[in-house]
Amino acid sequence: MSFLRASSPHAHTASTTAGLMQLVLLATLPGLAALTYCFGPGTLINIAIAAAVCLASEALILSIRRRPIGFYLGDYSALVTAVLLGLALPPYCPWWVVAVASVSAIALAKQLYGGMGFNPFNPAMVGYVVVLISFPVPMTQWPAPMGMVEQLPSVSQALAQVFGGGAIDAYTAATPLDLLKQNDSLLLNQLYQEQTIFSQGAIAGAGWEWVNLGFLMGGLFLLARRVFTWHAPLAMLASLSLLSIVFYDSGSSASAGGPLLHLFSGATMLGAFFIVTDPVSSAVSTKGRLIYGAAIGMLVFIIRAWGNYPDGVAFAVLLLNFAAPFIDYYTTPRSYGHDKPRRATEKPEP
Amino acid sequence: MSNSSVNYAELGKNGLWNNNPALVQLLGLCPLLAVTGSVVNALGLGLATMLVLLGSNISVSLIRNAVSDAVRLPAFVMIIASFTTATELLMQAFTYELYQILGIFIPLIVTNCAILGRADAFASKNGVLASAVDGFMMALGFMLVLLVLGAMRELLGWGTLFADMELLLGPAAASWELNLLGQDYPGLLVAVLPPGAFIVTGFLIAAKNRIDKSLDERAQAKREPVVAGSRRVRTTGHIG
Repeated sequence: MSFLRASSPHAHTASTTAGLMQLVLLATLPGLAALTYCFGPGTLINIAIAAAVCLASEALILSIRRRPIGFYLGDYSALVTAVLLGLALPPYCPWWVVAVASVSAIALAKQLYGGMGFNPFNPAMVGYVVVLISFPVPMTQWPAPMGMVEQLPSVSQALAQVFGGGAIDAYTAATPLDLLKQNDSLLLNQLYQEQTIFSQGAIAGAGWEWVNLGFLMGGLFLLARRVFTWHAPLAMLASLSLLSIVFYDSGSSASAGGPLLHLFSGATMLGAFFIVTDPVSSAVSTKGRLIYGAAIGMLVFIIRAWGNYPDGVAFAVLLLNFAAPFIDYYTTPRSYGHDKPRRATEKPEP
Repeated sequence: MSNSSVNYAELGKNGLWNNNPALVQLLGLCPLLAVTGSVVNALGLGLATMLVLLGSNISVSLIRNAVSDAVRLPAFVMIIASFTTATELLMQAFTYELYQILGIFIPLIVTNCAILGRADAFASKNGVLASAVDGFMMALGFMLVLLVLGAMRELLGWGTLFADMELLLGPAAASWELNLLGQDYPGLLVAVLPPGAFIVTGFLIAAKNRIDKSLDERAQAKREPVVAGSRRVRTTGHIG
């Protein structure tokens, strides 16, 4: 009888890319349910279009690159990109916006750099930013949440809008972050009373707080399953809250909004738990993840408070994707048996 | 090198394809990326660059035996700067609106490395005619890339081609504008913004490399025809 001598790590079950990606897909469900409940079926249509276009462009480019199509489609990474894109894009935006975003994400940001595991930027965020700067009009029209409109659009109305380009104005409303950006004369209290999206909600605007709570739940589930560590998301949320406390300005008209508003509005939780934790494009050392997350939180606040766009998660993530190799280089942990990490620029020992 | 040994066909091929300043040497990327948002901008800057490159190559070739090596670079830069200033004044006089659109990128022609590069690498070692041909071909190659880039970005970004050509070619060109993608085209703004310039340039370079590769493969296949009846050589083992 012979014993199998395997060296550490002694994992009981092999974790596969496909398994992790399925967990991530599962974890988006609470947020997706909240989006659908509060804003209607638009997000589901977004995800369906994005999934079709993402998988098709992944298959097309893999076949051009003569790579095994079934193997790479089976790891669900393109589907995760599609779902994240569908969640991030405004519900009821025209179908071609979703299609352009999906093609940019998969063909441009992922496959041109070498496919799964080689992309320096988060594909979903590249797709989002391409359409955000290309089509500002449809990208800045968010539908009004339930409670502000008498009835959410039905599935057939939604499909007519997405594919027929109907009048979306009937359903749109400024988001909490939009209102905050446009406000220059009201105290925060007055703004909260005057705008129904705030007065209908409890902490950060009707609809938005539920969506963010949903993504927070999904993120905590992934954390409990150890899909990622707490460092990057917590650092991002902490630096965002800290900055919003510093610049709260006791709720004056120049205030950039309180920490609860920033944590539970916009794309904060989706970004913190599903984008910042991307294992490919983020920093990987423990210290590096803290710096990476904190810098993203800082940039998100800077863009929200003083930038041109009401939300800045996508821009912040892309900028820090640039910096991730640099962060990793300066935070390489000490390996056992060595005093300090060796650097590529160090002179060889004599 | 004497004039008689210069192969003019080779000069043309180098400038347009093999050693294209924009696609192979990757020189002069600043104007290439910044102003190629439309065909008219690309053509305007391409012509201005051509004028400067032609003038500087001829002048450098004329003074190549009179300037010592030690001061040759300052002398070249002075010559290029003079031609750039002259071009800028010409554009100010005759195509004022285009001059305003291109703005800083006209004076920046001075810093286009492709021009100083040709002056130092070719014109300072060759005769006047050869230098003129080289300058013309290099500038033509640069301009063609600018035009292709400008056309692609204008088409993607605005859905038009040859818009505002009257700025450069007079009122007769005002009707040249083509609306290829229809009036309802929403416009892919990223194509006319700086990131779009990098992306489209990347695709152009990739396309050129792909064409070169398939040309190479075809030439290779032609060069080594399989000889009929050639024997196979056994390299492993021996069967008695």
